[in-house]
Amino acid sequence: MTREGWIRLLVIAAAVGALEIACRTGWIPMTVVLPPSAMATSLWDILVSGTHWNDILVSLRSVVAAAVIAVVLGFLVGAVIHAAPVVRGAVEPLLASYYAVPTFMFYPVFIILFGVGPGAIIAIAVLLAIVSMISATLVGLDRIPTVLGKTARIMRLGPVERALEISLPAAMPYLFTGIKLSVAYAFIGVIASEFILSGAGMGYAIAYAYNNFNNREMYGLMLLIVLVVTVVNTALDTVDRRLQARLRR
Amino acid sequence: MTVVALAEVASVMPADDHHARLAGVTRVFGRPGSPNCVHALGPIDLDLRRGEFFSVVGPSGCGKSTLLDVLAGLAKPTEGTAEFEGRPIDGVPAGVGVVFQEDASFPWLTVADNVAFGLRRAGVDAAEVTRRVDYAVGFMGLKAFAGAYPAQLSGGMRQRVCIARTLVMQPRLILLDEPFGALDQQTRLLMGDELLRLWRETSATVLLITHALDEAAMLSDRVGVMSARPGVFIDVLETGWDVDRDSRIVSHPRFGDLTGHLWEKLRAESLKHMREN
Repeated sequence: MTREGWIRLLVIAAAVGALEIACRTGWIPMTVVLPPSAMATSLWDILVSGTHWNDILVSLRSVVAAAVIAVVLGFLVGAVIHAAPVVRGAVEPLLASYYAVPTFMFYPVFIILFGVGPGAIIAIAVLLAIVSMISATLVGLDRIPTVLGKTARIMRLGPVERALEISLPAAMPYLFTGIKLSVAYAFIGVIASEFILSGAGMGYAIAYAYNNFNNREMYGLMLLIVLVVTVVNTALDTVDRRLQARLRR
Repeated sequence: MTVVALAEVASVMPADDHHARLAGVTRVFGRPGSPNCVHALGPIDLDLRRGEFFSVVGPSGCGKSTLLDVLAGLAKPTEGTAEFEGRPIDGVPAGVGVVFQEDASFPWLTVADNVAFGLRRAGVDAAEVTRRVDYAVGFMGLKAFAGAYPAQLSGGMRQRVCIARTLVMQPRLILLDEPFGALDQQTRLLMGDELLRLWRETSATVLLITHALDEAAMLSDRVGVMSARPGVFIDVLETGWDVDRDSRIVSHPRFGDLTGHLWEKLRAESLKHMREN
């Protein structure tokens, strides 16, 4: 591990340790926040008892569906906008200010369209994630060096071969950043929507535990989400860094 | 040293000696008569002899790269005709390889895969791909880096990857657009040696676009000097070097005469370009 990695780990360990001490000494009441060790025990019990496996699966399924739809649609929309400079000129300012809109306010619309359940949740998550993929696609296609296009012509590649064998791999480091962001936004969209739009899922289970004053289970589930998101993000980050390293010139 | 006007050179060459030919080629960007219309090139006449090393020097913006684009089939002449091996150039002709100034290596492929790219696309069988790639990678001194990615290499080595990628396709005409422009002087001299070695090995016809007069004088059989935009040839110089030359000829007294002569021809044109910009 790098020096920075060790320091990062130390900072996290220090924060967790400080919270543990603050809770155990009564500086923070355990009715408000559980000590991290109690969260971990609760999480262990949740996983062993299997009471929330269905919620975990429901959430992960929605996250995967939303991320896949956002990445595929976002890439296609980005590629079309990139190919039409006039459309791009008109649309780009809207994309730039897109994240100023609180997407969750549209939830009644999605309930009308899809009903209460995974459809509406996935739709909100897609809405949240798709613009990051569109933006990444535009940046990625912009950054393909002109000389690679010329090289493709010299090698007498047709438009489809050129797109698949040159443009796509050349833009991939930027596209992957979009994929990484889409997955992160899909998690946020799904978990947050489950609080209001669902009868299952990790978000719903946290809200249910909160409403029933079940602090132990609530913090166990929160820890689970943090761990899952961290593992997924670390895996994507590893791939992202490898791709970015190839760009360094 | 002999300085021969291009028209005279063309007139004394036998017809079958022409490998590529431009006749009355012009290139105009924008609609004629419109305010943003730019007459970039020509009219240009050029006969490249089979197997010669021809360099083109000229002031910035004189249309050198446009000339190369026309020969590579990347751009169509506005007027005039372009031929390669007796056939009109329409699109990129088979048998033509191009090395650009910018790094055109594929960053997502290893050195060996970069070099093999064109061969695999052409459907060459795997054993032959391996043989040719091994040879080209070894020839360009990249054997130890065959499994490395371009990001792990220096600028000069990446340019060698691009040259090796062109070399494996066994082109009969190699077009080089300031391939060493981004490299330092020492590396450029050494790369020049490698280029000469490659030229002798392949017997290909080479057209080199360069802004470096010493590079042109050292590498070429003939050097074409272009005017400021719209670029036309104002002189063609026969260098008279042996085929077996290398960068050590820079200490030859004639090398100084050649570069001096090139600068004499180019100075007025470069001044013209500077005053206009």
